[in-house]
Amino acid sequence: MEMDIPRIELAGIAPEIALTVAALVILVVHAVLGNRFSTWYLPYLATLGLVVAGALAVIVWDVNDLQLSGMIALDNFATFVKVSLAVFGLLTVWLGRDYLTRDRLEESEFYALVLFAVAGMMLMAAAADLIVMFLALETFSIALYVLVAFKRRSTEAQESAMKYFLLGAFSSAFFLFGIALAYGAVGTTNLYSTGPEADSLFRFASAGPSTDLDLLVLAMGLIIVGLGFKIAAVPFHAWTPDAYQGAPSPVTGFMAAGSKIAGFAALIRVLDAILFPLRWDWRPLVIGIAVLTMIVGSVLAVVQEDVKRMLAYSSIAHAGFVLVGVVAANDRGVSGSLFYLATYGLTVVGSFAVVSILAGPGEHRTRLTDYRGAFYQRPLLAGALTLFLLALAGVPVTSGFVAKLVVFGAAIESGYWWLVVIGVLASAIAAFFYLRVLVVMYMQEPIEGVEPAPSGGWLANGVVAITAATTIVFGLAWGPLIDAAEHARFFVAGG
Amino acid sequence: MNTPDYLPILFLLVLSTLFAVGSMLAASKLSPRRWTSAKLQSYESGMVPEKDVAGDRFPVKFYLVAMLFIIFDIETAFLYPWAVAYDELGLFGLAEMGVFIAILLAAYAYVWKRGGLEWVE
Repeated sequence: MEMDIPRIELAGIAPEIALTVAALVILVVHAVLGNRFSTWYLPYLATLGLVVAGALAVIVWDVNDLQLSGMIALDNFATFVKVSLAVFGLLTVWLGRDYLTRDRLEESEFYALVLFAVAGMMLMAAAADLIVMFLALETFSIALYVLVAFKRRSTEAQESAMKYFLLGAFSSAFFLFGIALAYGAVGTTNLYSTGPEADSLFRFASAGPSTDLDLLVLAMGLIIVGLGFKIAAVPFHAWTPDAYQGAPSPVTGFMAAGSKIAGFAALIRVLDAILFPLRWDWRPLVIGIAVLTMIVGSVLAVVQEDVKRMLAYSSIAHAGFVLVGVVAANDRGVSGSLFYLATYGLTVVGSFAVVSILAGPGEHRTRLTDYRGAFYQRPLLAGALTLFLLALAGVPVTSGFVAKLVVFGAAIESGYWWLVVIGVLASAIAAFFYLRVLVVMYMQEPIEGVEPAPSGGWLANGVVAITAATTIVFGLAWGPLIDAAEHARFFVAGG
Repeated sequence: MNTPDYLPILFLLVLSTLFAVGSMLAASKLSPRRWTSAKLQSYESGMVPEKDVAGDRFPVKFYLVAMLFIIFDIETAFLYPWAVAYDELGLFGLAEMGVFIAILLAAYAYVWKRGGLEWVE
């Protein structure tokens, strides 16, 4: 008897392979050498892995294919997300290097876990099968649970990691149950399975004459719940403030940027590409979640006294703004959401980089009162944070403004102008708490007798400089990135 | 949704619940209770128990050892079916298994060198 050996196609998962190899090399080399030769080479290895992964993702731009027995979609949508993730990973590794040496934490595990997480997130963006999507979700979630608890001596970090882990496991169960029901309804877990219907978009939604639509809608609801946890949408956001506060700041920035774009990539592929024919069924649900997310995120952020918690609620609100683009379910909605996630990711990594430096050794200074007069002590950092907060608020000349513009524009194109009105109102509320931080930094005197936090190393400052530059560049010259996002099309059979 | 197809599952659910609750109830009502110290000990596959685990603190190191055991146990669980089907899988199977074992070896080297296998009292 001959076994049916699958065709070996590694182009689809080459970036993930590169990251996994790099992570294993980091773990083994550091374990074998120990700390005898210091650890200067570790960030270089991590950087090399991420750069190679990003390059391997870019070279398949404009390839339109399904690989590994239809498990992996090789399309520009996945490529766009993968490259963004490689950039977020790089910034996290560089910022992490400074943070870890300052707080004397283990290094090799941090880089390896970040690389594993990026590999999982990349796989999530390219998953063409619900089971692969689940595998990817678990890969990056488990790495993130450990990263959240990375300050392992801190009870606060342990608490937040435990909360994140329990709710994350809970959400995985929802997601898995959704997959099971989808299989029951359609008879396959593959999103691009070839059913009797010729029209590619209708395949999964009507894979066979026996497709059970009621069951499929139920499955869709559960999948939305599962992914809703990962993108921190209300009412699945309860873990976010605690996990964001307890995690090391570089990890928090990475979660806000990477976890969000990976979760959204899966959500957008499932809803806007595969289940597009069922949009009248999922739109009311997603609209409800979007409205709640924008309002709850913005309103609760106003009363926060801790800057990390405030940014956590702000990240919830931003998930709501991206959901507006998902609801639009048109080409501009998809490209707008991608543009939003990429630029928001850069901005939020930058803001947590500043928070990480200003918090000082042990990360004790994250309360709003600790930022009193920060401008007079650390003018450059305070200036960068000002820029990031203005971008998060959506002020013109920053990337945040352009991002909101394209996403809201897409929603208006689909006739959801009232959703945009709610979005603009939520942004107005959100602007209040961003401005509150600015008032504290510029208009209050520093507390007497308290030394300012030591300045960050050149890597952390470099991350702040890079993200500040991108925040302005994409606010003034958004063309190339929007073009790339518009070319980030989904896989089309025979296309 | 086609209800009759799922009806056997419902029956099974009801039956298994009845059986579980019923046998617990029967055991508690019918059986005589004569406790001896040997009967109250925790069961460790026939060995003399080290410690009364319930309610007592024990080192978290056991957890690490258990986790490591499971990981390498799964490795053998994968090796057997591969060895049985080796003829049919050929070079492809060999390469796949090589990758799998290489990843596990990396994990093994990591655990070993980082002191995960040492039992420090």
